[in-house]
Amino acid sequence: MSNDDISIETTRHIAYLARLALEDSEVSQYAGQLSAILKHAEDISSLDLDGVAPMRHTLSVVNIMREDEVRPSLDREEVLASAPDAQASMFLVPKIVGEE
Amino acid sequence: MSDHQFVEMSAVQIAAGVRSGAFSAVEVVSAHLSQIANHEGEVRSFVTQMGDRALAGAKAVDEKRARGEELGALAGVPVALKDNMAYRGVETTCSSKILKGWIPPYTATVIERLESAGAIAIGKTNLDEFAMGSSTENSAFSPTRNPIDLSRVPGGSSGGSAASVAARFAPIAIGSDTGGSIRQPASLCGIVGVKPTYGLVSRYGLIAFASSLDQIGPFARSVEDSSLVLDVISGHDDRDSTSLSSKSYSHQPLNGEVKGLRIGVITEMLDGLSPDVERALNQAIESLRALGAIVEEVSVPAAKFGLTAYYLIAPAEASSNLARFDGVRYGVRVEGKDMNETYELTRGQGFGPEVKRRIMLGTYALSAGYYDALYGKAQKVRTLIANDFDAAYGRFDALISATSPTVAFEFDSKSDPLSMYMSDVCTIPSNLAGHPAMSVPFAGDEDGLPIGIQVLAPSFGEGVMFKVAAALEAAADYRPVPQWASTGK
Repeated sequence: MSNDDISIETTRHIAYLARLALEDSEVSQYAGQLSAILKHAEDISSLDLDGVAPMRHTLSVVNIMREDEVRPSLDREEVLASAPDAQASMFLVPKIVGEE
Repeated sequence: MSDHQFVEMSAVQIAAGVRSGAFSAVEVVSAHLSQIANHEGEVRSFVTQMGDRALAGAKAVDEKRARGEELGALAGVPVALKDNMAYRGVETTCSSKILKGWIPPYTATVIERLESAGAIAIGKTNLDEFAMGSSTENSAFSPTRNPIDLSRVPGGSSGGSAASVAARFAPIAIGSDTGGSIRQPASLCGIVGVKPTYGLVSRYGLIAFASSLDQIGPFARSVEDSSLVLDVISGHDDRDSTSLSSKSYSHQPLNGEVKGLRIGVITEMLDGLSPDVERALNQAIESLRALGAIVEEVSVPAAKFGLTAYYLIAPAEASSNLARFDGVRYGVRVEGKDMNETYELTRGQGFGPEVKRRIMLGTYALSAGYYDALYGKAQKVRTLIANDFDAAYGRFDALISATSPTVAFEFDSKSDPLSMYMSDVCTIPSNLAGHPAMSVPFAGDEDGLPIGIQVLAPSFGEGVMFKVAAALEAAADYRPVPQWASTGK
């Protein structure tokens, strides 16, 4: 685990990965807070975890499947009624493909 | 019967009275709506009140009885619902600006089950935004106040649900618990709160925070009521792939008989307790011994790493789950010059500080180069914790600890994120292991503020957990009342 503080640059990169527009003041605040939290998290470095399997599920349950049958699904118009923008029974988003 | 008598009744008493015709569901619901009208201004437990729907629902229950039809186990019982569970046609916000205005097109399974049993939804309760927090101060709308002492927080994240039960707005409420979000507010508000075994209650319609840890459970003012509600909401649901196919919980009359039971006191959870909480825990130990239980200390060594594992796993899962809030399908959109900027502005302005902090932390823990060192390692710690609990349960039928290291704290007193995270140090390990655990009110500190005792059990050990809780409840010489009742206001 890294002992280094999280830099402003790294913080901006994480914000980009998470698609969060942050103010400069938020970036510096989060850089400090993430560093402090990760520093606290170093307590697990002392544990010997060789040969320990990561937990995948709290119980030994795998892939509970339901029958593959046709069932009623959500009402399309009702779903779209709460969307920020919709048109022709679809979600409407800003243009994704460039003009070039 | 007076409004006061109705709002002091248990769910069991209300359902029995409505079923027998001693009083009507409309009378019960009206009394609770008056209580809300009188005191919600001070408490602010609700994001959305559902008074008109509730009265219509109560009328339907009364009409059903008049027709001679069978009534359910919760006939006419008002229930408050945490606002991170979808209710078709009623705004559901997660106490976040980003979901403001979202009207779900479907209803959570637990709510359907409660209503089929005759329960009446009276409102959607306030929470820390997306259930991230331990004080309900992270709500984007308003903090909720603790009804026992209005100058203090109710705990969180299900603070609105806990406060609504403590304030007698409803005898029961539903919350969700990812790291203690039912048990800690129950402890701080002086009521009972239960986190069931992972997989026992359907999460369909619960807006996900950390899917491998989230579990829905009840709040009540008695252990018996909480057991009855768990009976109603538990059981397989094929709309939740983590809901277990062959398990449900059946409510049994509770006798609190603990003679001969082996109960362990978790050594790692004795550190850092406030003196009053430590005293209450010691009293609880003595009470259980006096009832014939064998109570000894037991070590669950990896439990002390629970906080670290949790604050890597939960934010990692949250950063993934909350990717869906992108301004496309629900809630608010802030338009940018292109789609990417629209995502960034919507999320940057729509989420509050704690949610953004956890998304950042989780994104980092999952990012290239850190996955194995952070998230992967935390998942291994989780295995160690489960193994250590298994070893303890080889020697003990149930375990106990304090629920929260302190009583309810004052507003704005924990501005440092880490100090707030410490509130959940005793509750987090059960979520990591998937085990059931509950908080039962047991004592007051010198100012009368509630202190809860946590009872933990192995997976599907709800029966023994409720038994120990019922014994503690019977031994407790403490009944918290809302501030306005204690001061005669």
